[in-house]
Amino acid sequence: MTHFLLGNLTWDALPHEWFTIGGTVALILGGLFVAGLLTYLKRWRWLWNEWLTSTDPKKIGVMYIVVAGAMLFRGALDAGMIWLQQSLSVGASQGYLNADHLQQIFTAHGTIMIIFVTMGFLFGLMNFIIPLQIGARDVAFPLLNTLSFWLYVAGAIFINLFFVVGGQFAAAGWLAMPPLSELAYSPGVGIDYWIWALQISGLGSLLSGINFLVTIIKMRAPGMTLMKMPLFAWTSLCSMVLVISAFPILTMTTLLLFCDRFFGMHFFTSSFGGNPMMYVNLIWSWGHPEVYILMIPAFGIYSEIVTTFSKKRLFGHSSVVAGTIGVTLLSMLVWLHHFFTMGAGADVNAFFGIMTMFIAIPTSVLIFNWIATMYQGRITFATPMMWFMGFVSTFTLGGMAGVLLGLPGADFLLHNTLFLVAHFHTMVIGGALFGIFAGITYWFPKVLGFRLNERIGRYAFWCWIVGFFTSFVPLYILGFMGATRRMDHYDASMGFQPLFIIAGIGFIILSCGALLQVWQIIVSIKQRRQNLDTTGDPWDGRTLEWATSSPPPIYNFAIIPEVQDRDAWWDMKEKKVNVAKKAPLHYEDIEMPKNTAMGIYISGFAFLAGFGFVWHIIWAIALGLVGAIACVIVRSFDEHTEYVIPAAEVARIEAEKIPYYG
Amino acid sequence: MNLFAVLSPAGTIALQERHLIIMAVLLMLIVAIPMFIILFTFARKYRAGNTKTKHSPKLERNRLTTFAIWAIPITLIGVLSVINWTSTHALDPSKPIVSNVAPIPIQVIALRWKFLFIYPEQNIATVNFIEFPVGAPLHFELTADAPMSSFWIPQLGSQIYAMPAMSTQLNLIANETGDFRGLDTEINGIGFSGMKFIARSVSQNDFDQWVQSIQQSSTTLDLGAYNELAVPSENNPVASYASVGQGIYNNVIMKYMEPSSTETTGSSQTMPGMQM
Repeated sequence: MTHFLLGNLTWDALPHEWFTIGGTVALILGGLFVAGLLTYLKRWRWLWNEWLTSTDPKKIGVMYIVVAGAMLFRGALDAGMIWLQQSLSVGASQGYLNADHLQQIFTAHGTIMIIFVTMGFLFGLMNFIIPLQIGARDVAFPLLNTLSFWLYVAGAIFINLFFVVGGQFAAAGWLAMPPLSELAYSPGVGIDYWIWALQISGLGSLLSGINFLVTIIKMRAPGMTLMKMPLFAWTSLCSMVLVISAFPILTMTTLLLFCDRFFGMHFFTSSFGGNPMMYVNLIWSWGHPEVYILMIPAFGIYSEIVTTFSKKRLFGHSSVVAGTIGVTLLSMLVWLHHFFTMGAGADVNAFFGIMTMFIAIPTSVLIFNWIATMYQGRITFATPMMWFMGFVSTFTLGGMAGVLLGLPGADFLLHNTLFLVAHFHTMVIGGALFGIFAGITYWFPKVLGFRLNERIGRYAFWCWIVGFFTSFVPLYILGFMGATRRMDHYDASMGFQPLFIIAGIGFIILSCGALLQVWQIIVSIKQRRQNLDTTGDPWDGRTLEWATSSPPPIYNFAIIPEVQDRDAWWDMKEKKVNVAKKAPLHYEDIEMPKNTAMGIYISGFAFLAGFGFVWHIIWAIALGLVGAIACVIVRSFDEHTEYVIPAAEVARIEAEKIPYYG
Repeated sequence: MNLFAVLSPAGTIALQERHLIIMAVLLMLIVAIPMFIILFTFARKYRAGNTKTKHSPKLERNRLTTFAIWAIPITLIGVLSVINWTSTHALDPSKPIVSNVAPIPIQVIALRWKFLFIYPEQNIATVNFIEFPVGAPLHFELTADAPMSSFWIPQLGSQIYAMPAMSTQLNLIANETGDFRGLDTEINGIGFSGMKFIARSVSQNDFDQWVQSIQQSSTTLDLGAYNELAVPSENNPVASYASVGQGIYNNVIMKYMEPSSTETTGSSQTMPGMQM
């Protein structure tokens, strides 16, 4: 009976080590603080009605960014702990963590930073900007959108749940390579937590991918042909194609791994005919496109920023589009470069090595086109543009390191060293994260109606740049010294320690940057009246999101704009087309999706099923799966999922907020 | 031990790999340095404050520029691709090294958390230590009786994975005498960081003497000794065996092929099919 009720759960699963107790206390205190604040401010109902159940992609976007920001600090805490351990654990000293604990930390760090930070930020930005940029009022499938978000949140909670129940996370690296991740070598619940955090959030990502693909293909404003589509929409489209192609692989691969662990199957075990190499191939054929899923939308953000702040049309538009598509296609053809050292023959290694190098062609084309866009421009170095300059500097370094690693002969020496670690951090931080920061700064006035404080933003930028190089140049050097990744201890004679300490100082500078960004947001909220964006177009922008007020009304555009040029809004400003006043009497009723809590319910059931799978609680699995399916069925019979904003109400809203025009 | 192990080659393979790295970096710098100069020049010259420069808001295409934008990276990557193809074939880890000296075969079994080395020709075995004559090609065959590990001697060159149920090959050569650090680079459990060994390159005479001195002891690597060794242990001390039971290496591979085997290694483990 107890086993039926609790599965493998026992009292031992409750926190009893310092880090799980710490994590649990932090989670509970944080939860109590938020709950107390909401109760004190009497905001529970407001939160539920206005935000949590909202189907408005703008609000979902903001919630994505808030959760991703919180997860950034969670992942950064892991990074700090790794650096501290590696700076201390030399010679006779064993540092303050044991090997198992350090391995759990870097596994969590990698998974969180990729899946829950970068993906979260990007989906947040896309939710906010894509409908506005293509002149749409919503995404194609509003319910699916809130479901994606809540699956992402459920995954984010799930990956932290081990602090409270189980006390143990996966310790096999962020891709959990078998046979290490199989039951024989990782008997605890850690790997299962990892699998289900990825399953739940991965499903959300896949649904988002479908949603945005359809939105971009089907819901563009009249006149917006594909070649007149803004670059951020283009790159998001390419990224979503990759999501749809790659995430099913992740789902199936981790599901098969789970079958090995739960049912005692042998897909990836080393014995009984299992094949660990199959897992390595499969997981990287998701894992490599995954990093491009993060990178490609950032290319779009940079394209928007360079054109806006150089006051110029994008140079070589078709080259940039072709380059983006090139990166997208090539990213599916290079997964084997993650394991040149696993004994493939020279022909195979050379093929994948050359394909890897080919990616440098379209990415170089993108960078050269951005530089050409700056030529004969009038460049304003607002913080988004500074992030762009920082990006080109770091990304070129990382790209060169990447081409080097694409040479199997060089990879044989650099694989699994800190050189590799420095390389992918350069790409993810200098490429994707800088792009996200640039995008957040750039679109912040659109989202909240006031600008971010520029001065603090510049301080934060310089902290990130200086901190980045202080952190990761030592890692490149350590790679040449033969220092491997994931070390919990090394000999003093290796001479690694000073460089680890410098990297640690870099981490402190990076943390200052992140804290300054929090401070920047607080100060900007306080000073919002001085920085109000009354025009809807604070940067003199070029694309449609600037054609409406800041923040935009719930329906984005009272009248769907007609697009005649690639820089649609710029074109309207030049031709002095008045979007709002063109036909003020012709407002029509607007149909918008109602709020729904179904996304929360379905994700809750998914969470329950995941918990059941981890702890072998059969009733929880059954209830979770049946509940989720029942929710879908119930919802499909609901025929009143939309409401109408009458034309008079639209007119009233528009009268209060007249958008700027040339 | 050399501080910059990866850039201090002590063998032909490592030397060629360092050469490859330096050449690739220099080739890329030919493009990267001018790019940075142009980037920062443009950033300075076309800043909004400088109104003396021309502003061409509608400039969006120029045939020559577009040609250069595509041609430069295609040329660079084209050259690098040729280098990639030839160097990958030249440095294929399984390719035997051409030499007048007879190669020394060494079988490597990655265990939790140590490397077991078997010298089939000398019929000796060592743990976390190898010795070999300078200038002799070394032919490693690798497998694992543990999660995947990656076998690497930085100063001699390439690393390669040692994986259960599979056999990989690695050919290295030392052109200098000395002690070189060897290690596992792939996470394989809690003993990962302590999984390292010494690779000692000596003269042929010293090597023969070393083999003799090991053969004189009375330890034998038989089934019992192997199973004892396969018990997970961290920071394992160096050990040696004067003689080795027949076919241990193949049997470690074969045991994963048989349905009756179990992956849970440990002292209670049996090794079906192992005939000593």
